[in-house]
Amino acid sequence: MIGSGVLNGMAVTMRNFIGSYFEKDRLITVQYPEERETLPENYRNFPFLIFDTDDAEAGLRCVACKICEKECPPQCIYIVKSEDKKPDYMGKPQFYPATFDIDISVCMSCQICVEVCPFEAIKMDKVFELSRRERFDALLMRKNELAKSNTYYHNIHPLEAAEVDAKLTEAAEAKKKKT
Amino acid sequence: MSVGFHELEEAPPPMTSRLEGELLEVSMGPQHPSTHGVFRMNVALEGEIVRKLKPVFGYLHRNHEKIGENTSYLGSMPYTDRLDYFCSMTNNWAYALSVEKLAGIEVPERAEYLRVILAELTRLQNHASLLGFLLSDMGAWGTPLMYAFREREKILDLFESLSGSRMMCDYMRFGGCRCDLPPGWMERARKLVDGFPRFLDEFEKLVVSNEILIARTQEVGKLSAELAINAGITGPMLRACGVNYDLRKVDGYGFYPRFKFRVPLGEHGDCYDRLMMRVLELRESVGILQQAMEQIPPGPIVNPKVKLRSFRPPVGEAYGRIEGPKGELGFYLISDGGSNPYRYRVRPPSFINLTILEDLCLGHTVADVMVILGSIDIVMGEVDR
Amino acid sequence: MESLEEIKARGEAAVPGAKITIVPNPGPANQPSLLLDHEHATAIARFLRNDVALRLDHCSNATGVDWLDRKVSKKVKVKKVVEGEEKEIEETHEEFFPGYLEAVYHLYSMTHKHGPVVIRMRTTDRGEAARLPSLTPIFRSAEFQEREIFDLYGIRFDGHPDLRRILMWDEFADFPMRKDYREPDDYEYEPTPHDDVLEKAKEHYSARPQLDGAENLTAQS
Repeated sequence: MIGSGVLNGMAVTMRNFIGSYFEKDRLITVQYPEERETLPENYRNFPFLIFDTDDAEAGLRCVACKICEKECPPQCIYIVKSEDKKPDYMGKPQFYPATFDIDISVCMSCQICVEVCPFEAIKMDKVFELSRRERFDALLMRKNELAKSNTYYHNIHPLEAAEVDAKLTEAAEAKKKKT
Repeated sequence: MSVGFHELEEAPPPMTSRLEGELLEVSMGPQHPSTHGVFRMNVALEGEIVRKLKPVFGYLHRNHEKIGENTSYLGSMPYTDRLDYFCSMTNNWAYALSVEKLAGIEVPERAEYLRVILAELTRLQNHASLLGFLLSDMGAWGTPLMYAFREREKILDLFESLSGSRMMCDYMRFGGCRCDLPPGWMERARKLVDGFPRFLDEFEKLVVSNEILIARTQEVGKLSAELAINAGITGPMLRACGVNYDLRKVDGYGFYPRFKFRVPLGEHGDCYDRLMMRVLELRESVGILQQAMEQIPPGPIVNPKVKLRSFRPPVGEAYGRIEGPKGELGFYLISDGGSNPYRYRVRPPSFINLTILEDLCLGHTVADVMVILGSIDIVMGEVDR
Repeated sequence: MESLEEIKARGEAAVPGAKITIVPNPGPANQPSLLLDHEHATAIARFLRNDVALRLDHCSNATGVDWLDRKVSKKVKVKKVVEGEEKEIEETHEEFFPGYLEAVYHLYSMTHKHGPVVIRMRTTDRGEAARLPSLTPIFRSAEFQEREIFDLYGIRFDGHPDLRRILMWDEFADFPMRKDYREPDDYEYEPTPHDDVLEKAKEHYSARPQLDGAENLTAQS
C-alpha cells in the first residue's frame, strides 16, 4: 500500500521519541557544562612534563635530550639545553632544559613525544578547557606551566602511572646492582 | 475627479526574448550544506536538467603528500588520521600495512585481530553516518542523521577509551598497535556489536520501504559495471553495480580469510542500490566483529623488532591497499633508505570515485545531483588532501 | 599470473617495435615494474587491459615521482704511466644522471583478481620536454589522477581530454610536489621562532630576493 512505508518510518520515530525517556541507549547526550562525563583513562590531550619530589625545578625528569623535539611531527616543541649540569632527583648530575616550550596551538595531540621519550619525562594531560583570548602567547606553554607532579600523573592516568613507576624503580635497582 | 487608467495610444510590443535552449551556469558550492565540505560543482542547466557538470575542488588542499615526504615514517601516522577524518583507524591501517610491506615487518596475531575489529567498527560508524547524511541530503532533515550519529557516538566512545581520541585515533604502529585494550573494553564492544542489529532493523524500517526515498533514489544515477571498472570505482559503489570485488576477499590482508562473511552485490547500480549496499555491509561487518571478538587470542600487540625511533626501511618501493569503508585506500611509498619516505602517495578512494560524477548526473535534475553526490560518499579531507 | 618476463615478451610481440624494460625493486615488497617507451605506451597499456589472460582492467593508482639530477662518484683504479713508470692510481669518476619525472601506474585485474602489474613511464627531462602519453583513453580512472600529476609535478599528458589544474588554483605557477620546489614567503608570526622558522622569519623581514624564474614555469602547455 502506498504510504505504508512512510507510516512505518513514523512509528520508528515515535518509538525512539518515547524510548528516549526510558532507555539510556536512546538518549546518550549530556548537558555540558552542567553535567560532565568522566574521561576515560586513556584520554589524551596535550603533553606535560613530570617532576618527582616537590620541587618543580629540581625534580624535573627531562634531561633536554631533544628527542621529542626532533620527532614531533608538527614541530611544536622548543628546547634549549642547559649549559651546566644539575643533580637530578636521583642525585646524578644531568643536563636540564633551560627552556622548554610547547606551542599547543600547533600541537596535534599525537602522543609521539610520549612514546619516544626514553626518560618517561613527558606525558599526556587531560585538561581540555583551554580557550584563550589570544592566539599566540597565551597558547604557548612555558616550562613552569608544563611541569606537573608525579602525583598529578597518578591522579589522571592511574594504571599507566603505576606501570611507569614500576618500570623506573626496576631500572634504578638494576643500576644499583651494577655499581 | 477620479483617476482612471492611463490610456495608451498603442499597446507595447510583446517581449520576444527567450532562453531557448541556452544553458544557465550555476556554481553549486563550495559553501553548501549538501556538498559534504568545501566541494564545488560548475553545473550547466537547461531548465532543471543538468547538461554539464564539472567538479571543482582543492579548497582543503594542504599537500598532504609533501608533508609526508618531509616527516619521518612514524610522523606521518597522525597525519593520515586527517585524510578521511571519519575513518582514521582504516587510514592508519592502510599506511601501516604499506610500511610493513616496504620494510617486510611481521605483525603479531593479536594486533591483526585488533586491527580487524577496529576497522570493522570504523566501517559501522562510517556507513551509519553516511546513511544519515544521504537521507539528510534528500530532505529527511535531522532525524535519521541523529539516529545514525547516536550509534556513531557509542563507537567513538570506544575509540576514545582505547586510543585516547575520538576521531584522530593515531592508534596503529608499524608492526602492531600502540597499546593494548583497557580493562572492560571488550565487554563494552561486545555489547555494542550485539545491540547494533536492533539499530539496523529500525533504520531499515525507517527508510527502506519509504515511498519518497524509493522515488528519489531508484533509477537515479545509474552506473554500468563496465564504466565502474574502467573508471577505477571501488568500495560499496562498485559492488552496487554487481562487480564482486572486495579487497578483504581478493587480497585477504589482515586475517579476513579466517572469517566467514558474504560480499553483498547490487544489481542496478543506482542510488538505491548504493544505499542498500551500506545497510547490507553493516550486517556483514557485525558478523565479522562477532567472530573476531570470539577468536582474538592473548599475546603481544606489537612486533618488538621494529624500532620506534629512527626507523629506516630498506631501499625499495611498495604499494599497499586495503578495503576502506569508502573504497580501496592505497599508499604508495618509495624509500631511499632514509628516515623520510622519498615518495609518499595516497590513493584516496573518494577522489577517484568522483571521476564519474558527471556521467552519473547528466540528464538528471539539480535535486538529484545532491542525492548522487551523497551516495558516492566523499570526504573532502581525503579528496583534497 | 604470469611473470613479468613473460608479460614483457608477450607485450613486445603484440606491439611491434615496443621496448619494455623491467625495473627491479630491491625491497622486501618485491614489486618490480615495467618501463614503457613513449611511442608504444598506449598500445602496451591497451594490450595489458584487453589481453584475455591478463585483463588488467583496474588502474588502481597513478602517480608521479620526481628524480633530480644526480651525480654518483665512483673510485676507479686506472693504470697510468707516471714518470716513465706504470702505476695504478685511484681516480674518482663522476657519473652524471640527468633528472626526470616519472609516472607510475598500478594495474590490477578485477576479472581475474590478480595484480599488481606496475608500469612506469619516464620523461626525457624535467623542463619543457616533461611530456608523456596519457593513459586516460584506456583507463578512465587515470583522468583525475593524471590531472593531479600535471598539477603537482608538471608532466603534460598528450591525449588527455581535459588537462587542467585540479587541486591548486588555475593561476598558480610552479609545481609544488617537485623536489626543488621553493616555498613562497608565507611566514606567520610565531611566539618562539627557531631553526628553519627563524631563518624564514629573518628572510621575511629582510628585503625579498629576486625570484629565479620559477614563476615563469607556468601551467600553460
